[in-house]
Amino acid sequence: MQLALVHARYQLLEIIRIPVAVVGSAFFPAAAMIFFVVPFTGDDSVGATFATASMITFSVMSANIFQYGVGVAEDRDQPWNPYTRTLPAGPAPRFAGRVLAGLALTYLSLLPVVVIGATLTPARVTPLAFLLTAVTVAVISVPFTLMGLAIGYSLPSKAAVVVAQVVFLPLAFGGGLLSAPGDAPGFIETIAPFLPTRGAAELMWSAVGDYPVQPLALIMLGVWVVLLASLAAWAYRRDEGRRFS
Amino acid sequence: MTLARADQASRRYGDVLALDRVDLEVRAGELVGLLGPNGAGKSTLMNLLVGLRRPSSGRVELFGGDPRDPASRRQIGVTPQETGLPGTLRVGEVVDFVSAHYPDPVPRGELLDRFGLGDLARRQTGGLSGGQRRRLAVALAFVGRPRLVLLDEPTTGLDVAARHTLWDAIRAFHDDGGTVLLSSHYLEEVETLAHRVVVIGQGRVLADDTVDAIRGIVGVRRVSLVADDLPDLPGVVRADRVDGRLHLLTTDADELVRALVNSRAAFTDLEVRPTSLEEAFLAITGGDQPGTGEQVSGVAPASAPNQTGIGDPTGTEGQPTAAAGGRPTTL
Repeated sequence: MQLALVHARYQLLEIIRIPVAVVGSAFFPAAAMIFFVVPFTGDDSVGATFATASMITFSVMSANIFQYGVGVAEDRDQPWNPYTRTLPAGPAPRFAGRVLAGLALTYLSLLPVVVIGATLTPARVTPLAFLLTAVTVAVISVPFTLMGLAIGYSLPSKAAVVVAQVVFLPLAFGGGLLSAPGDAPGFIETIAPFLPTRGAAELMWSAVGDYPVQPLALIMLGVWVVLLASLAAWAYRRDEGRRFS
Repeated sequence: MTLARADQASRRYGDVLALDRVDLEVRAGELVGLLGPNGAGKSTLMNLLVGLRRPSSGRVELFGGDPRDPASRRQIGVTPQETGLPGTLRVGEVVDFVSAHYPDPVPRGELLDRFGLGDLARRQTGGLSGGQRRRLAVALAFVGRPRLVLLDEPTTGLDVAARHTLWDAIRAFHDDGGTVLLSSHYLEEVETLAHRVVVIGQGRVLADDTVDAIRGIVGVRRVSLVADDLPDLPGVVRADRVDGRLHLLTTDADELVRALVNSRAAFTDLEVRPTSLEEAFLAITGGDQPGTGEQVSGVAPASAPNQTGIGDPTGTEGQPTAAAGGRPTTL
């Protein structure tokens, strides 16, 4: 556990020493918030709150898919990574450290969204709901972390960047994150429950307000978690660093 | 006591057989040099021994256990490739990070001083010179007070002074009872440091003996002379023309000189010398197929002018020069 903190600390140090990377991961969700939410909320407090929750889901997804998908793939290209695997520690501390660092950065990248939601829109939550939402963020990070890890451990970094980009937009739109709950175009409402983004968004909506979650979306989210976990575990096991043949 | 062992270990990457049934034992207190050209399988063998890769067949052991088990790696030290140090971290931070993995690490200041890095603890590794980075990389192998260090080409790309600093550190560790497995394509390095040499070529162990014995086994002599045109001569392992001088490597210098004189060919300035280990090693590895296609294409243009066309005793024309791809240009 102590080693996990050591790994988390040094991963965060590495990231924070290049501040523009942190700014980058916080910029995208903030921009999405300004373009997709702020102009359309008016004085609808409930709608603004749900929309902010959707944007947070969006940020959690993009932050995790990118930082794990691209980050892990890049690390695997670095000779430093195989070196750390010769140290007398199993994969667990490094892995746990990575997840801790990832979670910390995810929360950091959400700050602008929360600030924009609170100041530029009428979105409001009770302190209890705010705490619940913060916990929910950690929960919904799980499927997207696993998705990122599966991408990062199975692809070389150049391919991982592309796949991460290709994957995250359809997931966002298809899951109905850019529309109010139940208000997406017809075909999206049909496919949404089958995407992991919808289950995650439903959990977030129910955390911030009065929203009954759809069982189908939640079940599918569980299926996704199992599927992505097996995929990530498989990719991790077959990985021996970068391969040449 | 055997600290590291490979038992009929093979490793295949796709179609390429990088290691072919290698047997190796490193016993406590030894300083073993692993010698071979690029692509010979040195790094692959190292990677198997430190648990980075699994053998395709056969077995590897570290302190009697599986190297892939973290507990087996507690008493080894490994060097990262110098290009792999995280550039944004400071020297001291990198040392602290590695130290955190060991129960009784060498204090940071002491370690950095030993490798001449004492003043650089606050510098980011990305801002170090190549030599400083290399020294830091090697220093990391010694953080955990290891009993066995595995150094994969520790001085590649270093200038002479930096190389000697590292050699001193490696020697001091060995004098204190430490065991070292060191791969190199610098023959000077292996000759200077190692007591035992394992020559690897095309994924196989070609020779495993003392430095002197390796030279003795091969018994190659260098006959050099100035001559324009020579007939086919017996026992020539390799022929190069450098600055107008013809260098012939031969397993039987007496017979070669006799044949040379009997041929009545015109020559001047005859010299017969024992060979360096490098030349001995080229003679061992030279007769075989080159390890990878990449090497052949990389080396052929540069070495083609050296071909004299004199004799072809091994029947493998062109291949001895291909094996020379592993020879560092600094030698």
